[in-house]
Amino acid sequence: MINALLALLSCQLAGEVLARSLALSLPGPVLGLILLVVGFAIWPRLVDLMRPLAQGLLGHLSLLFVPAGVGVVGHLDRLAGQGAGLILALVGSTVLAIAVGALTFTAVARLTGNRDD
Amino acid sequence: MTEFPDIWSYLARGPLLWLTATLLAYALGDAAFRASGRRPWVNPVLIAVVALAGLLWISATPYPTYFEGAQFVHFLLGPATVALALPLWEARTHIRRAFLPLVAALLAGSATAILSALAIATAFGIDGEVLASLAPKSATAPVALGISQTMGGSATLTAVLVILTGITGAIVATPLLNLIRVRDWRARGFAVGVASHGIGTARAMQVNPVAGAFAGLGMGLNAVVTALLAPILLRLFQG
Repeated sequence: MINALLALLSCQLAGEVLARSLALSLPGPVLGLILLVVGFAIWPRLVDLMRPLAQGLLGHLSLLFVPAGVGVVGHLDRLAGQGAGLILALVGSTVLAIAVGALTFTAVARLTGNRDD
Repeated sequence: MTEFPDIWSYLARGPLLWLTATLLAYALGDAAFRASGRRPWVNPVLIAVVALAGLLWISATPYPTYFEGAQFVHFLLGPATVALALPLWEARTHIRRAFLPLVAALLAGSATAILSALAIATAFGIDGEVLASLAPKSATAPVALGISQTMGGSATLTAVLVILTGITGAIVATPLLNLIRVRDWRARGFAVGVASHGIGTARAMQVNPVAGAFAGLGMGLNAVVTALLAPILLRLFQG
Protein backbone atom coordinates (compact mmCIF):
# COMPACT_ATOMS: atom_id res chain seq x y z
CA MET A 1 0.00 0.00 0.00
CA ILE A 2 2.75 2.46 1.04
CA ASN A 3 4.96 1.26 -1.83
CA ALA A 4 2.09 1.64 -4.31
CA LEU A 5 1.35 5.15 -3.03
CA LEU A 6 5.04 5.97 -3.25
CA ALA A 7 5.13 4.74 -6.87
CA LEU A 8 2.04 6.81 -7.81
CA LEU A 9 3.33 9.99 -6.19
CA SER A 10 6.83 9.48 -7.63
CA CYS A 11 5.42 9.15 -11.16
CA GLN A 12 3.34 12.30 -10.62
CA LEU A 13 6.31 14.19 -9.18
CA ALA A 14 8.59 13.09 -12.03
CA GLY A 15 5.81 14.11 -14.48
CA GLU A 16 5.53 17.58 -12.91
CA VAL A 17 9.30 18.10 -12.95
CA LEU A 18 9.52 16.91 -16.57
CA ALA A 19 6.56 19.04 -17.73
CA ARG A 20 7.97 22.16 -16.09
CA SER A 21 11.61 21.74 -17.02
CA LEU A 22 10.76 21.03 -20.68
CA ALA A 23 7.92 23.65 -20.71
CA LEU A 24 5.46 21.04 -22.09
CA SER A 25 1.74 21.80 -22.33
CA LEU A 26 0.95 18.31 -20.94
CA PRO A 27 -0.24 18.27 -17.29
CA GLY A 28 2.29 16.62 -14.95
CA PRO A 29 -0.07 13.77 -13.91
CA VAL A 30 -0.63 12.80 -17.60
CA LEU A 31 3.14 12.46 -18.03
CA GLY A 32 3.11 10.49 -14.77
CA LEU A 33 0.50 8.14 -16.33
CA ILE A 34 2.76 7.59 -19.34
CA LEU A 35 5.76 6.97 -17.05
CA LEU A 36 3.78 4.37 -15.09
CA VAL A 37 2.77 2.54 -18.32
CA VAL A 38 6.49 2.47 -19.24
CA GLY A 39 7.17 1.15 -15.72
CA PHE A 40 4.63 -1.68 -16.24
CA ALA A 41 6.36 -2.63 -19.50
CA ILE A 42 9.78 -2.76 -17.80
CA TRP A 43 8.74 -4.48 -14.52
CA PRO A 44 5.57 -6.58 -15.00
CA ARG A 45 5.53 -7.25 -11.21
CA LEU A 46 4.69 -3.57 -10.67
CA VAL A 47 1.17 -4.26 -12.02
CA ASP A 48 0.21 -6.49 -9.06
CA LEU A 49 1.74 -4.05 -6.59
CA MET A 50 -0.32 -1.15 -7.98
CA ARG A 51 -3.62 -2.95 -8.53
CA PRO A 52 -5.37 -2.58 -5.10
CA LEU A 53 -4.57 1.13 -4.71
CA ALA A 54 -5.26 2.02 -8.35
CA GLN A 55 -8.60 0.20 -8.33
CA GLY A 56 -9.56 1.86 -5.04
CA LEU A 57 -8.79 5.34 -6.39
CA LEU A 58 -10.45 4.75 -9.78
CA GLY A 59 -13.53 3.18 -8.18
CA HIS A 60 -14.32 6.52 -6.57
CA LEU A 61 -13.02 8.76 -9.33
CA SER A 62 -16.21 10.82 -9.49
CA LEU A 63 -15.99 11.75 -5.77
CA LEU A 64 -12.67 13.44 -6.51
CA PHE A 65 -14.16 16.16 -8.68
CA VAL A 66 -16.83 17.25 -6.22
CA PRO A 67 -14.62 19.95 -4.56
CA ALA A 68 -13.82 21.57 -7.93
CA GLY A 69 -17.46 21.21 -9.02
CA VAL A 70 -18.66 23.13 -5.97
CA GLY A 71 -16.55 26.00 -7.29
CA VAL A 72 -19.40 26.59 -9.77
CA VAL A 73 -20.81 28.95 -7.10
CA GLY A 74 -18.16 31.43 -8.21
CA HIS A 75 -19.29 31.26 -11.86
CA LEU A 76 -23.07 31.52 -11.56
CA ASP A 77 -23.25 35.06 -12.99
CA ARG A 78 -21.15 34.05 -16.01
CA LEU A 79 -23.15 30.85 -16.54
CA ALA A 80 -26.40 32.86 -16.50
CA GLY A 81 -25.08 35.04 -19.34
CA GLN A 82 -23.39 32.34 -21.44
CA GLY A 83 -25.33 29.28 -20.30
CA ALA A 84 -27.30 28.77 -23.54
CA GLY A 85 -24.15 28.82 -25.70
CA LEU A 86 -22.29 26.51 -23.32
CA ILE A 87 -25.14 23.95 -23.13
CA LEU A 88 -25.49 23.92 -26.94
CA ALA A 89 -21.72 23.52 -27.32
CA LEU A 90 -21.71 20.61 -24.83
CA VAL A 91 -24.69 18.74 -26.30
CA GLY A 92 -23.75 19.43 -29.95
CA SER A 93 -20.10 18.45 -29.57
CA THR A 94 -20.89 15.30 -27.54
CA VAL A 95 -23.42 14.05 -30.13
CA LEU A 96 -21.01 14.80 -32.99
CA ALA A 97 -18.00 13.23 -31.24
CA ILE A 98 -19.85 9.97 -30.44
CA ALA A 99 -21.20 9.69 -34.01
CA VAL A 100 -17.87 10.53 -35.69
CA GLY A 101 -15.89 8.25 -33.33
CA ALA A 102 -18.19 5.24 -33.80
CA LEU A 103 -18.52 5.66 -37.60
CA THR A 104 -14.74 6.10 -37.99
CA PHE A 105 -14.14 2.93 -35.97
CA THR A 106 -16.52 0.81 -38.07
CA ALA A 107 -15.28 2.29 -41.37
CA VAL A 108 -11.60 1.61 -40.59
CA ALA A 109 -12.44 -1.84 -39.15
CA ARG A 110 -14.21 -2.72 -42.43
CA LEU A 111 -11.33 -1.35 -44.57
CA THR A 112 -8.70 -3.31 -42.62
CA GLY A 113 -10.82 -6.46 -42.27
CA ASN A 114 -10.77 -6.16 -38.45
CA ARG A 115 -13.68 -8.11 -36.96
CA ASP A 116 -15.42 -8.22 -33.60
CA ASP A 117 -14.85 -11.76 -32.31
CA MET B 1 -21.75 23.51 28.05
CA THR B 2 -20.56 25.24 24.90
CA GLU B 3 -23.08 27.20 22.83
CA PHE B 4 -23.73 26.15 19.22
CA PRO B 5 -22.30 29.36 17.67
CA ASP B 6 -19.01 28.72 19.49
CA ILE B 7 -18.85 25.13 18.29
CA TRP B 8 -19.71 26.30 14.76
CA SER B 9 -17.03 28.98 14.70
CA TYR B 10 -14.49 26.42 15.92
CA LEU B 11 -15.48 23.84 13.28
CA ALA B 12 -15.81 26.40 10.48
CA ARG B 13 -12.12 27.25 10.89
CA GLY B 14 -10.75 23.71 10.47
CA PRO B 15 -10.83 21.33 7.51
CA LEU B 16 -12.79 18.55 9.30
CA LEU B 17 -16.29 19.96 8.79
CA TRP B 18 -16.14 20.49 5.01
CA LEU B 19 -14.18 17.32 4.35
CA THR B 20 -16.90 15.34 6.14
CA ALA B 21 -19.64 17.30 4.34
CA THR B 22 -18.04 16.51 0.94
CA LEU B 23 -17.98 12.76 1.63
CA LEU B 24 -21.50 12.82 3.09
CA ALA B 25 -22.93 14.73 0.11
CA TYR B 26 -21.32 12.26 -2.30
CA ALA B 27 -22.56 9.25 -0.28
CA LEU B 28 -26.11 10.66 -0.42
CA GLY B 29 -25.80 11.34 -4.16
CA ASP B 30 -24.52 7.81 -4.74
CA ALA B 31 -27.40 6.34 -2.69
CA ALA B 32 -29.89 8.32 -4.82
CA PHE B 33 -28.16 7.07 -8.00
CA ARG B 34 -28.45 3.43 -6.86
CA ALA B 35 -32.06 3.89 -5.73
CA SER B 36 -32.98 5.24 -9.19
CA GLY B 37 -31.65 2.06 -10.85
CA ARG B 38 -28.51 3.95 -12.01
CA ARG B 39 -30.25 6.38 -14.34
CA PRO B 40 -27.61 8.60 -16.02
CA TRP B 41 -29.46 11.84 -15.19
CA VAL B 42 -29.46 11.04 -11.44
CA ASN B 43 -25.74 11.80 -11.26
CA PRO B 44 -24.10 11.48 -7.81
CA VAL B 45 -21.56 14.24 -8.51
CA LEU B 46 -24.20 16.68 -9.70
CA ILE B 47 -26.34 15.95 -6.61
CA ALA B 48 -23.33 16.41 -4.29
CA VAL B 49 -22.30 19.66 -6.00
CA VAL B 50 -25.80 21.15 -5.81
CA ALA B 51 -26.23 20.08 -2.14
CA LEU B 52 -22.84 21.50 -1.09
CA ALA B 53 -23.29 24.74 -3.06
CA GLY B 54 -26.67 25.19 -1.32
CA LEU B 55 -25.08 24.50 2.07
CA LEU B 56 -22.32 27.07 1.44
CA TRP B 57 -24.93 29.62 0.39
CA ILE B 58 -27.17 29.02 3.45
CA SER B 59 -24.25 29.13 5.91
CA ALA B 60 -22.65 32.13 4.09
CA THR B 61 -19.38 30.16 3.84
CA PRO B 62 -16.92 31.45 1.22
CA TYR B 63 -15.64 28.88 -1.32
CA PRO B 64 -11.97 29.20 -0.17
CA THR B 65 -13.04 28.21 3.38
CA TYR B 66 -14.85 25.16 1.99
CA PHE B 67 -11.88 24.28 -0.18
CA GLU B 68 -9.54 24.27 2.85
CA GLY B 69 -11.31 21.07 3.94
CA ALA B 70 -12.14 19.67 0.50
CA GLN B 71 -8.57 20.05 -0.80
CA PHE B 72 -7.66 16.65 0.66
CA VAL B 73 -10.12 15.02 -1.73
CA HIS B 74 -9.16 17.37 -4.58
CA PHE B 75 -5.46 16.49 -4.20
CA LEU B 76 -6.17 12.85 -5.07
CA LEU B 77 -7.07 13.88 -8.66
CA GLY B 78 -3.36 13.83 -9.58
CA PRO B 79 -2.58 10.33 -8.23
CA ALA B 80 -5.88 9.06 -9.74
CA THR B 81 -4.78 10.33 -13.17
CA VAL B 82 -1.51 8.41 -12.83
CA ALA B 83 -3.52 5.34 -11.73
CA LEU B 84 -5.35 5.35 -15.12
CA ALA B 85 -2.15 3.64 -16.34
CA LEU B 86 -3.45 0.36 -14.86
CA PRO B 87 -6.68 -0.06 -16.94
CA LEU B 88 -4.76 1.12 -20.05
CA TRP B 89 -2.04 -1.47 -19.45
CA GLU B 90 -4.59 -4.24 -18.87
CA ALA B 91 -6.36 -3.35 -22.14
CA ARG B 92 -3.18 -3.76 -24.20
CA THR B 93 -4.41 -6.93 -25.97
CA HIS B 94 -7.54 -5.03 -27.10
CA ILE B 95 -5.28 -2.25 -28.36
CA ARG B 96 -3.07 -4.67 -30.29
CA ARG B 97 -5.98 -6.51 -31.93
CA ALA B 98 -7.92 -3.46 -33.09
CA PHE B 99 -5.04 -1.03 -33.44
CA LEU B 100 -5.94 0.88 -36.64
CA PRO B 101 -9.69 1.34 -35.95
CA LEU B 102 -8.83 2.47 -32.40
CA VAL B 103 -6.25 5.05 -33.46
CA ALA B 104 -8.49 6.46 -36.21
CA ALA B 105 -11.57 6.65 -33.97
CA LEU B 106 -9.54 8.14 -31.12
CA LEU B 107 -8.11 10.97 -33.23
CA ALA B 108 -11.40 11.65 -35.07
CA GLY B 109 -13.55 11.52 -31.93
CA SER B 110 -11.18 13.58 -29.79
CA ALA B 111 -10.66 16.30 -32.44
CA THR B 112 -14.41 16.44 -33.21
CA ALA B 113 -15.26 16.88 -29.52
CA ILE B 114 -12.83 19.77 -29.07
CA LEU B 115 -13.31 21.52 -32.44
CA SER B 116 -17.12 21.40 -32.54
CA ALA B 117 -17.42 22.59 -28.92
CA LEU B 118 -15.08 25.52 -29.60
CA ALA B 119 -16.85 26.37 -32.89
CA ILE B 120 -20.36 26.38 -31.36
CA ALA B 121 -19.22 28.36 -28.30
CA THR B 122 -17.38 30.91 -30.45
CA ALA B 123 -20.55 31.37 -32.54
CA PHE B 124 -22.27 32.38 -29.27
CA GLY B 125 -19.57 34.96 -28.51
CA ILE B 126 -17.84 32.88 -25.83
CA ASP B 127 -14.09 33.52 -25.58
CA GLY B 128 -11.14 33.86 -23.21
CA GLU B 129 -11.13 31.93 -19.94
CA VAL B 130 -14.53 30.28 -20.55
CA LEU B 131 -13.46 28.98 -24.00
CA ALA B 132 -10.22 27.57 -22.53
CA SER B 133 -12.27 25.92 -19.77
CA LEU B 134 -14.56 24.30 -22.38
CA ALA B 135 -11.86 22.85 -24.68
CA PRO B 136 -10.86 19.77 -22.59
CA LYS B 137 -14.40 18.86 -21.39
CA SER B 138 -14.48 15.40 -23.03
CA ALA B 139 -11.38 14.24 -21.11
CA THR B 140 -11.77 12.56 -17.72
CA ALA B 141 -12.10 15.16 -14.93
CA PRO B 142 -8.65 15.03 -13.29
CA VAL B 143 -6.93 15.38 -16.66
CA ALA B 144 -9.38 18.01 -17.96
CA LEU B 145 -8.79 20.21 -14.89
CA GLY B 146 -5.02 20.01 -15.39
CA ILE B 147 -5.28 20.82 -19.13
CA SER B 148 -7.68 23.70 -18.45
CA GLN B 149 -5.32 25.32 -15.95
CA THR B 150 -2.32 24.87 -18.27
CA MET B 151 -4.25 26.75 -21.02
CA GLY B 152 -5.48 29.63 -18.83
CA GLY B 153 -8.93 28.20 -18.13
CA SER B 154 -10.75 27.89 -14.82
CA ALA B 155 -10.55 24.47 -13.11
CA THR B 156 -13.85 24.92 -11.28
CA LEU B 157 -15.74 25.86 -14.47
CA THR B 158 -14.13 22.94 -16.34
CA ALA B 159 -15.22 20.55 -13.56
CA VAL B 160 -18.88 21.48 -14.10
CA LEU B 161 -18.58 21.32 -17.92
CA VAL B 162 -16.92 17.88 -17.69
CA ILE B 163 -19.72 16.52 -15.50
CA LEU B 164 -22.43 17.88 -17.82
CA THR B 165 -20.63 16.42 -20.88
CA GLY B 166 -20.52 13.00 -19.20
CA ILE B 167 -24.22 13.09 -18.35
CA THR B 168 -25.08 14.19 -21.92
CA GLY B 169 -23.05 11.34 -23.42
CA ALA B 170 -24.59 8.75 -21.09
CA ILE B 171 -28.12 9.88 -22.02
CA VAL B 172 -27.74 10.29 -25.82
CA ALA B 173 -25.37 7.39 -26.62
CA THR B 174 -27.80 4.47 -26.98
CA PRO B 175 -30.53 6.24 -29.02
CA LEU B 176 -27.90 8.04 -31.16
CA LEU B 177 -25.88 4.90 -31.98
CA ASN B 178 -29.09 2.98 -32.78
CA LEU B 179 -30.15 5.82 -35.08
CA ILE B 180 -26.87 5.79 -37.07
CA ARG B 181 -26.93 1.94 -37.05
CA VAL B 182 -23.55 1.21 -35.47
CA ARG B 183 -23.79 -2.38 -34.19
CA ASP B 184 -20.14 -3.16 -33.35
CA TRP B 185 -20.00 -3.04 -29.52
CA ARG B 186 -16.32 -2.10 -29.66
CA ALA B 187 -17.07 0.97 -31.79
CA ARG B 188 -20.08 1.96 -29.67
CA GLY B 189 -18.23 1.70 -26.36
CA PHE B 190 -15.02 3.29 -27.57
CA ALA B 191 -16.77 6.35 -29.07
CA VAL B 192 -18.74 6.90 -25.83
CA GLY B 193 -15.58 6.65 -23.69
CA VAL B 194 -13.71 9.13 -25.90
CA ALA B 195 -16.58 11.67 -25.95
CA SER B 196 -17.91 11.37 -22.40
CA HIS B 197 -15.20 9.86 -20.14
CA GLY B 198 -16.07 8.06 -16.89
CA ILE B 199 -19.79 8.84 -16.75
CA GLY B 200 -20.25 7.57 -20.32
CA THR B 201 -18.06 4.56 -19.51
CA ALA B 202 -20.20 3.68 -16.49
CA ARG B 203 -23.26 3.76 -18.78
CA ALA B 204 -21.54 1.59 -21.43
CA MET B 205 -20.67 -1.01 -18.77
CA GLN B 206 -24.37 -1.31 -17.91
CA VAL B 207 -25.32 -1.85 -21.56
CA ASN B 208 -22.69 -4.39 -22.67
CA PRO B 209 -19.39 -5.71 -21.19
CA VAL B 210 -17.42 -5.37 -24.44
CA ALA B 211 -18.72 -1.81 -24.86
CA GLY B 212 -17.71 -1.13 -21.24
CA ALA B 213 -14.13 -2.34 -21.70
CA PHE B 214 -13.70 -0.31 -24.89
CA ALA B 215 -15.29 2.75 -23.26
CA GLY B 216 -12.73 2.59 -20.44
CA LEU B 217 -9.99 2.31 -23.04
CA GLY B 218 -11.40 5.31 -24.95
CA MET B 219 -11.48 7.37 -21.76
CA GLY B 220 -7.87 6.53 -20.86
CA LEU B 221 -6.46 7.16 -24.34
CA ASN B 222 -8.41 10.38 -24.81
CA ALA B 223 -6.98 11.73 -21.55
CA VAL B 224 -3.57 11.71 -23.22
CA VAL B 225 -4.74 12.80 -26.68
CA THR B 226 -6.84 15.72 -25.35
CA ALA B 227 -3.81 16.94 -23.39
CA LEU B 228 -1.89 17.04 -26.68
CA LEU B 229 -4.66 18.34 -29.02
CA ALA B 230 -6.59 20.86 -26.90
CA PRO B 231 -3.83 23.51 -26.62
CA ILE B 232 -3.17 23.35 -30.39
CA LEU B 233 -6.86 23.50 -31.42
CA LEU B 234 -7.66 26.24 -28.87
CA ARG B 235 -5.01 28.45 -30.48
CA LEU B 236 -7.01 28.35 -33.77
CA PHE B 237 -9.91 30.07 -31.99
CA GLN B 238 -7.88 32.65 -30.07
CA GLY B 239 -7.03 35.24 -32.70
